[in-house]
Amino acid sequence: MSENNWRTQASNEILLERALMLKNIRAFFDDKNIVEVETPLLSHASTTDPHLDSLQSRFRGDVCYLNTSPEYAMKRLLAGWGKPIYQICKAFRDDELGANHNPEFTLLEWYRPGYNMQQLMAELADLVSVLCCSSDRAVGGISIMKKPTFDYISYQQAFERFVGINPHQATASECHQAALTNNVEIPQGLGTGDGELTGWMDWLLTQLVLPEFKKDGFTFLYDYPASQCALAKITLNENQMLVAKRFELFFGENELANGFHELTDPDEQLRRFKLENQTRQLLGKDCGNIDVNFLAALEHGLPDCSGVAMGLDRFLMVLTKTMDIKQVLSFSWNDA
Amino acid sequence: MATYSTNQFKNGLKIILDNDPCSITENNVVKPGKGQAFNKIKARNLRTGRVLERTFKSTESVEAADVDEMNVEYLYSDGEYWHFMEPSSFEQYAADAIAVGETAKWIKGQEVCVMMLWNGEPLSITPPNFVELAVAQTDPGLKGDTAQGATKPATLETGSEVKVPLFIDEGDILKIDTRTGEYVSRA
Repeated sequence: MSENNWRTQASNEILLERALMLKNIRAFFDDKNIVEVETPLLSHASTTDPHLDSLQSRFRGDVCYLNTSPEYAMKRLLAGWGKPIYQICKAFRDDELGANHNPEFTLLEWYRPGYNMQQLMAELADLVSVLCCSSDRAVGGISIMKKPTFDYISYQQAFERFVGINPHQATASECHQAALTNNVEIPQGLGTGDGELTGWMDWLLTQLVLPEFKKDGFTFLYDYPASQCALAKITLNENQMLVAKRFELFFGENELANGFHELTDPDEQLRRFKLENQTRQLLGKDCGNIDVNFLAALEHGLPDCSGVAMGLDRFLMVLTKTMDIKQVLSFSWNDA
Repeated sequence: MATYSTNQFKNGLKIILDNDPCSITENNVVKPGKGQAFNKIKARNLRTGRVLERTFKSTESVEAADVDEMNVEYLYSDGEYWHFMEPSSFEQYAADAIAVGETAKWIKGQEVCVMMLWNGEPLSITPPNFVELAVAQTDPGLKGDTAQGATKPATLETGSEVKVPLFIDEGDILKIDTRTGEYVSRA
């Protein structure tokens, strides 16, 4: 940590652009009568996601956790209320630091009762278009993203086209073979056991699929393998393969948003929590504290809905064409 | 065997790659959305100076390199090894030409250098930022040549060559910046 770094590393233009982006987002949802909500950042529960780690704090000596996303709490509101809601809040993730990561970051998350995945992707594309088109009114031309383009590709299409495997059927050793065939570096520690399959998918995605996405446009990747369902519903696709109704939005190679046609079955949710905790144990991590209030809300009944979370710092990087998240934060982790 | 997990990676961390000690110079997390994270690193091989690029599945562990630094005084060279002494313990270390490298151009004896050790063996020697060395040979400067910034070559007592101003004579003691290899002033 360097001395006397009291000044922000972000330019005035970028700070103004952030303010404008937040204002435009609120106007977008206000126009649709979607209600802004706030949920706790500090919780008794922690994430069970094997690839995320909650930051810990203490209240009166007892461990509590900063949220990795407001998902569980927002769904509790939704179960009781049934109205579309959105939130702009901070989220915290341990061990995430780099050009695209800051341990504390800003998320926009919203839920649409009655929407399926396609409808929510369309609404996200609308929001992105509005934000791109209205971004530089106030600050004078630091953004040139005037007419954004959107491509849509399923996970299966992407892997068949750019990797040469069917992601719903491939094994870890077939992925390893595909990496060799395509001259992709083999990461140290990635084996060919069954447990490594999703690791391989993630690696091949970053090395072979994302580089093929349009550099200066947005791409939706959807219908993930069932093994990467997270909190999405699983259904059969047109080829009778089990797919997760999950999507991600990318700009170039950078992931901006992740959405689901939400799982509403409490038994299946509990099964996934337990499975995730087993995976955490295999990775040598502590188990997550399962959010029992969230499970109780699912028991009560979550309306059929879709939800999505977008990283606003990363989206601001797109709007301002910056390459390092530090440039869009008032104070990044090193100076916080 | 000490190890570091990928979540301990940071610039300057010393790890073993390809059986050689390396220092991490860049560490980036690659993470596709909610999935498995990978650490893409660049590291400088402390023996050869070469820069390597590697990728690790996050949570993987890597062997730590037992690398130490200490101040040592240069004693003498026997032609094959350069001998250094740690001044409080009087312990002596013999460094080979690879470890000494370019530093040999700037040391004649009694200079305090920084020695990097790996498993107790000298890995590299860094000379003081400034050294004082006598001119062994240089052509006389032309009388009346007062052009600003004009230089001529001079050979120092250690055998290295530097560019010096025209007024420098043989036998003069010069102050040299070892980081740039440039003449600073007369000592």
